Amino acid sequence: MNNFLLLLPEVLVLILGFSILIIDFFIPKDKKHLLAYLSIVVLTGIVIFTLVFLWGKTDELYGGILRFDGYSLFFKVFFIILGGILIISSIEYVKRHLSNPSEYYAILIFTIVAMMLMSSSGELLTAYIALETLSFGLYVLVAFDRYNIKSNEAGTKYIILGGLSSALLLFGISQIYGLLGTTQFDEIAEVLSTMKSINPGLLIGISFLLAGLGFKVAAVPFHMWAPDVYEGSPTPITAHLAVGSKAAAFALIIRLFVSGLAPLMADLQIILIIMSALTMAVGNLMALVQSNIKRLLAYSSIGHAGYLLLGLAALVGINQSGDLNLVFVSRTNLAINGIILHLIAYGVSNLAAFVSISIIYKKAGNENIKDLAGLSKVSPFLSMVFASSLFSLAGLPIFAGFVSKFYLFNAATLQGLIWLVAIAIFTSLISLYYYLQVLRQIYIEKSERTEPIELSKTSISILSVLFVSMIFVGIYPAPLLDAIQHASAALLNMK
Amino acid sequence: MNTFDSWLLFIIILIPFAGAIFIIFIPKEQKSFIHWTATTLGLITMVLSIYSFAAYSHTEGGFQFNNSWVWMELPGSWLFGHRAIELNLGVDGISAPMIMLTGIVMFTGILASRSVSERPKEFFVLYLLLIAGVFGVFCSLDLFFLFFFYELSVLPMYLLIGIWGSSTDFKTFIRTKEYGAMKLMLYLVAGSVLIWISILAIFAEAGLGTFGIPALANIEFSTTFQLIIFPLVALGFGILAGLWPFHTWSPDGHVAAPTAVSMVHAGVLMKLGAYGIIRVGMFLLPTGAEQWAPVLLGLGTINVIYGALSALGQRDLKYVVGYSSVSHMGYVLMGIATLNIIGVTGAVLQMFSHGIMTALFFLVVGIIYERTNTRDIGALEGIAKHMGWVAVLFVIAGLTSLGLPGLSGFVAELLVFIGLFKTYPILGILGIIGAAITAVYILRLIAKVFFGKLNEKIWKDQLNSKFTKQPDANYWERISSLILAISILVVGLFPFPFIEVIDTGVSEVLARMAGTL
Repeated sequence: MNNFLLLLPEVLVLILGFSILIIDFFIPKDKKHLLAYLSIVVLTGIVIFTLVFLWGKTDELYGGILRFDGYSLFFKVFFIILGGILIISSIEYVKRHLSNPSEYYAILIFTIVAMMLMSSSGELLTAYIALETLSFGLYVLVAFDRYNIKSNEAGTKYIILGGLSSALLLFGISQIYGLLGTTQFDEIAEVLSTMKSINPGLLIGISFLLAGLGFKVAAVPFHMWAPDVYEGSPTPITAHLAVGSKAAAFALIIRLFVSGLAPLMADLQIILIIMSALTMAVGNLMALVQSNIKRLLAYSSIGHAGYLLLGLAALVGINQSGDLNLVFVSRTNLAINGIILHLIAYGVSNLAAFVSISIIYKKAGNENIKDLAGLSKVSPFLSMVFASSLFSLAGLPIFAGFVSKFYLFNAATLQGLIWLVAIAIFTSLISLYYYLQVLRQIYIEKSERTEPIELSKTSISILSVLFVSMIFVGIYPAPLLDAIQHASAALLNMK
Repeated sequence: MNTFDSWLLFIIILIPFAGAIFIIFIPKEQKSFIHWTATTLGLITMVLSIYSFAAYSHTEGGFQFNNSWVWMELPGSWLFGHRAIELNLGVDGISAPMIMLTGIVMFTGILASRSVSERPKEFFVLYLLLIAGVFGVFCSLDLFFLFFFYELSVLPMYLLIGIWGSSTDFKTFIRTKEYGAMKLMLYLVAGSVLIWISILAIFAEAGLGTFGIPALANIEFSTTFQLIIFPLVALGFGILAGLWPFHTWSPDGHVAAPTAVSMVHAGVLMKLGAYGIIRVGMFLLPTGAEQWAPVLLGLGTINVIYGALSALGQRDLKYVVGYSSVSHMGYVLMGIATLNIIGVTGAVLQMFSHGIMTALFFLVVGIIYERTNTRDIGALEGIAKHMGWVAVLFVIAGLTSLGLPGLSGFVAELLVFIGLFKTYPILGILGIIGAAITAVYILRLIAKVFFGKLNEKIWKDQLNSKFTKQPDANYWERISSLILAISILVVGLFPFPFIEVIDTGVSEVLARMAGTL
């Protein structure tokens, strides 16, 4: 018996999106920001409702196509909150640069629904459709700054390469379906565990699947689109690409790997290790030579995707045989926790960085690092938040990035991946160099700048929230980790 | 143990940390309030840190003032049921003097920062964060938190040097403060990369599910593991301690830094490195330490000689002090590598003594630079006539540095040399030669810069107009330097209370090493 009420959170967010489009007709042109405030209020309500409604429920819909457990609940709440933050941080930017605010907010809300579905999907085609819904929303949002040539270029690049990656993904799914006769995660795992040897066709299918997902998370060698698209998009959408879509893709990948491809993980590990090492190295090295702050953060977020891939590689121990005894499960558990914790820590820090950027640069499309010179003298608060976000991304205490990196690398070391961890730690040393170059402009270089940057009340509050949460997670991560443990335990079917 | 004692270490870390957060909320116009807040908090922390040393009972030994709080649960099953990262605080005979050292240097640094008028708010926020990190490292009995606080103390360095530092420009020799800051930061984080890797390896190899040092000390790691990991630990912490050939960040960084930061960095942070080698390297990996000791000893000897020779050739007053730090840290490394109780005790005492001495050095050089705008030895001559107080202090620091009996340096170096002669007499002789070179560059400096013939016209040109009335040290600087000078004298004249305490800590580390022989 299907309990369709389980989809209520998604439906509510969807209704919000459509209502925004309708309410738009009744709001005068200069009051469009009310739409944003309305959506934030409603989203806050939906978060509370979701928590209360889905708490402790473990259920499925359509025979396992959509799964509702602690894991999906965790990510749903995360995505709704993320959507709220993105909307708040968009208000100023939209007022200044973009036309058609109602469509902007509505599409942004639709992408939240897509991300929520991605974290719930327990089947490849559903996952694909959710992913495409997300991507289509993003294609539009990336090109939303219609009169900005860079935004147009970014949109074109993103849609062409995104289309290619979708094709790869679909081809991979069809291979898997053709050879295994199912697209449901748990059934895939069942079939795989009875197979004596692996069919080469299946390997091709899975490789295409990985390539398609690799595009979405911007893993090397599928990262080429990221810097251009990040640079050209409206800044809040860059944040969405760097945090939201990446987190959603990882939410999907973790579920796929843990409940679907688990029997194959030992074979996939080597691919993941190579991808991870390349992604960390290329992302961080390329970031060294950037002069545009958004491109720099694009490469740095490629580097961070490498750390997350390191976590995926650490889902199974090196040279681990098929039997999963308790110690192995607990190490897999640590690795999952590490990935999720890093996703959140990285997400919060990156959001703080992008929100600061969208406030600092009045003119879109030309975000030079040099223009930051002397910022700290005129806007100490903004500089402090921005600097903290960079320190957090570099992985220094007392910020969230340190704890999450330590946890993630610790989990990987326990799985025997110490060499990969060594590369990761070394690349994070490299990353410190380019973050410090940005800090040098903000704090040390002199400039003629005298006018402070105006901060609206919403900007101050959103920056404060991000700043405090960065430090809170950095100093006392236990509550967050409890929630994460709840999520990953649900995924691993543990008590 | 009463409640206060069990919370003491936590409070010592918390005061600077909370102080940093508090100062963020003070409006930046209220400069004097910011200064007074920092000074008050510094004084309280110093008193508490001295109390922690005085109250440490050397008859009991072991870790005292223990307390621990569960910080983060680690899911899964582990051997013996430890399965959490804990904030585990405690001090033993090695860390007790270090905490007192940090307290003294930190407070005198704050007093010396009275003259910071540019953006004092940011300065003290970062400075207090740095201090919280340093205290944290010495108090932590948990590898995770040791590393956490270590990184915390590295974090503010770039901005502290970059914003408030000073560049060196001798036309043929140019070092900008940005260069010094970046070099220092990258070297220190490179060191922390190695430390991070080795901590993770130790955790994974032990399989206990805890980072607690006392628990990990019960594990006997395999010889191969120790042989691989010990050099990583020693190198990682060694970079911080100025180990040759990775010492070059130290003169550049310390010269570029503002006075208070040089004092803390050369005085205390370099000791974090040596402390880490003892606490993590020798305590957890005794076999590795034993096998690698000769290498460490050799590098330490090069440190002593190379640092002293480099100091001899410097034109910049601050570079002389910077290289003398490198040279003196060599004695510490040599003492540690002797692996006998006299040598290691000497090394720890040398850490304390050098910390105080070098803080005094940097304080004095900082005062001279502020008054005259130059640190060029060629341009400074006979300044003792107008800066009597400063000259006396520099002489005290200088004599400590060359090991005059009655001052703290003598006792420490003597112990190190006795330890060396027991194991490697030849290196002991080289060490003494190093001390002789120290005497050359220090006495030469004193003779020329302070007691040479003063040319009044040049002096007038040099002197910063703000200080024409009173070129000598002001009251804040006098208090600050007096505290340091008195500490030097106390340790030099009454070393036994110190040696007794250090001895309990060192003998425990070495007993563990003897157990695995």
